[in-house]
Amino acid sequence: MSDPLAEPAVPPPTPATELSSPKEAVGGWLQTLRTGDIGSLPIIVGLILIVIVFQSLNPTFLNAFNLVNLCLQIAALGIMATGITLVLMLGEIDLSIGSVSGLAAAVLLVTHVNDGFAPLVAVLIAVLVGTLVGTVQGSIFAKIGVPSFIVTLAGLLIWQGVQLRVLGEQGTINLPPAGTLVRWAQFSFVPRWLAITLAALIPVLYLLFSLLTRRRRAAAELPVMPLWLPIAVAVILFVLLQLIVAKLYLDRGVPWTFVFMVLVVVFFDWLLRRTAYGRKIFAVGGNIEAARRAGINVDWIRISVFALCSTLAAVSGVVAAMRLGFANQQSGSGETLINAIAAAVIGGTSLFGGRTRRYAPLLGALVIGAIANGLELLSLSSDVRLIVTGTVLLAAVVIDALVQRSRTSHGR
Amino acid sequence: MREPILALRGVSKRFGAVQALSEVDLDVYAGQVVALVGDNGAGKSTLVKAICGVSPPDTGTVTFAGREVRVETPHAAQELGIATVFQDLALCDNLDVVNNLFLGRELRRGAALDEVEMERRSGKLLRELAARIPSVRLPVAALSGGQRQTVAISRSLLGDPKVVLLDEPTAALGVAQTAQVLNLIERLRDRGLGVVLISHNMVDVRAVADRVAVLRLGRNNGEFRTHDVTNEQIIAAITGATQNVVSERVARLREQSAGDDPLAAGSAEGGV
Repeated sequence: MSDPLAEPAVPPPTPATELSSPKEAVGGWLQTLRTGDIGSLPIIVGLILIVIVFQSLNPTFLNAFNLVNLCLQIAALGIMATGITLVLMLGEIDLSIGSVSGLAAAVLLVTHVNDGFAPLVAVLIAVLVGTLVGTVQGSIFAKIGVPSFIVTLAGLLIWQGVQLRVLGEQGTINLPPAGTLVRWAQFSFVPRWLAITLAALIPVLYLLFSLLTRRRRAAAELPVMPLWLPIAVAVILFVLLQLIVAKLYLDRGVPWTFVFMVLVVVFFDWLLRRTAYGRKIFAVGGNIEAARRAGINVDWIRISVFALCSTLAAVSGVVAAMRLGFANQQSGSGETLINAIAAAVIGGTSLFGGRTRRYAPLLGALVIGAIANGLELLSLSSDVRLIVTGTVLLAAVVIDALVQRSRTSHGR
Repeated sequence: MREPILALRGVSKRFGAVQALSEVDLDVYAGQVVALVGDNGAGKSTLVKAICGVSPPDTGTVTFAGREVRVETPHAAQELGIATVFQDLALCDNLDVVNNLFLGRELRRGAALDEVEMERRSGKLLRELAARIPSVRLPVAALSGGQRQTVAISRSLLGDPKVVLLDEPTAALGVAQTAQVLNLIERLRDRGLGVVLISHNMVDVRAVADRVAVLRLGRNNGEFRTHDVTNEQIIAAITGATQNVVSERVARLREQSAGDDPLAAGSAEGGV
């Protein structure tokens, strides 16, 4: 730049890039890459591998009917994994989410079917039961200082007991097969035109938002991303979403429950990363003493996070009951809890707190769901499913630990 | 002499049967570094905690900017303009530099955080302090000890304080990193802040402090101007090997002879 004869080979496309040299901008961006912003890449690669394996073993895996089923199957799991992600961010654990989801399912069925409450009211009551449970457990943990493992282990037993009591002698309660709730969860699909529009709108909005942020950063003389990056991401996103939508509409289409789950995941991702509340969750999970000294109300963060987790567990229980069309003594038991934790961890949430990857619950739920679905297509019994799911969970954590270690050894 | 920005008079603190501080005086002037030294258990940390509101003194007065104040909470101290950097730094390893700097006082833009403005201000602050941080978007876990200390000290400046208390800022740092932190302390002084530096390291104390206040067994045990005193004299005051009166007398004599004693300077170098 000091040499007046030296013409820049490529003139900067916008005034924005003039403020920081392109080299600097790319350097800064590479640095972010190295420090883990593409951390989801191994999971996506893993997911692609899983798809390839199952598709080669059974060609029906990737047909539209099965993919729509997969969307329906993982909605409840993704919602529950979102909740447990928040708790894991604090470096805590909530073992009661399975029981809470079962309890919520039981409450929904009893209030709606037995007591005749309107569908929406019954859903609301069931979800509020979850909020109440979470608030109580969170308060015992935060205020009395009982380890969350113990509080929620007790909760696991207690709420399962309450679930049995709520269900009473019947044991199993069925939803009216043509009722509103069943319709919501099983037969509600996004109209084709709306799905196509949304799938086009999301990349456009992403691009718009990226460019606005980029302009603000440039105005503040901060390093900016190279311009091609958001454009490339938007194009890839557009093609990918349109392909998925096109595929799913060969069958029934995109289920509303799946859209709802994605919205929950995206909203909580935004809450964690972009708001002061989320930043406090990161801080409490990272260094509780630092958080306290910075004036953060640690008790409030803990109680609210446990309340949110149980609320989401209840929502997940409601969605599951609506999809299955019944609630019984087994609702929310068995692998429900473990699958949710596994999904959060596979997605890239650290069990030590303070670290999670973008959209971890969604990616984790896709992995767990794809494995369960694929093995079911192969008519393999649950022994194989448990072994495979466990192995994938272990592999995810091992890969994460190795990446983390190499990053540390590189001084990053 | 001009007014001290922070003046403690007759500050006492008792924990049960232990008299941790008795009748301690301390003056902190704007644009000056005062080193607070003393043996383990001399009451340095107790005094810092008394000033920064973590555990307020039982008796005695604290005058801040000419006004008598009562600092009951850390928050009140910060509001007043007294910032403290504790030895354990209290940084979140999982958060980047920007987020650590603004922890607990995030800037918002609508419902979301204003990352751009926070990053801009962080960069500006660190540049002003000539602090060498590779990138403000690096997680603090990736920084060296000196850089972490820099971040912790910089953070204390965001509230625009008048007085900064630094608890052992160079403990466990290497030579280059110590120099980095000492530079930073000088820049705080040059910005017109009153700096209280707690340290065990005589070399560091002599490098940056204008005055040295010695605590021994919870009492004042001499106050020196750094130029006029040898390491031996400070150490004597710390350990109580010399009477308070004697060390004061030596200090006075040295002041009169205007510090042209090559022998004394030589022995000071060989001190610790």
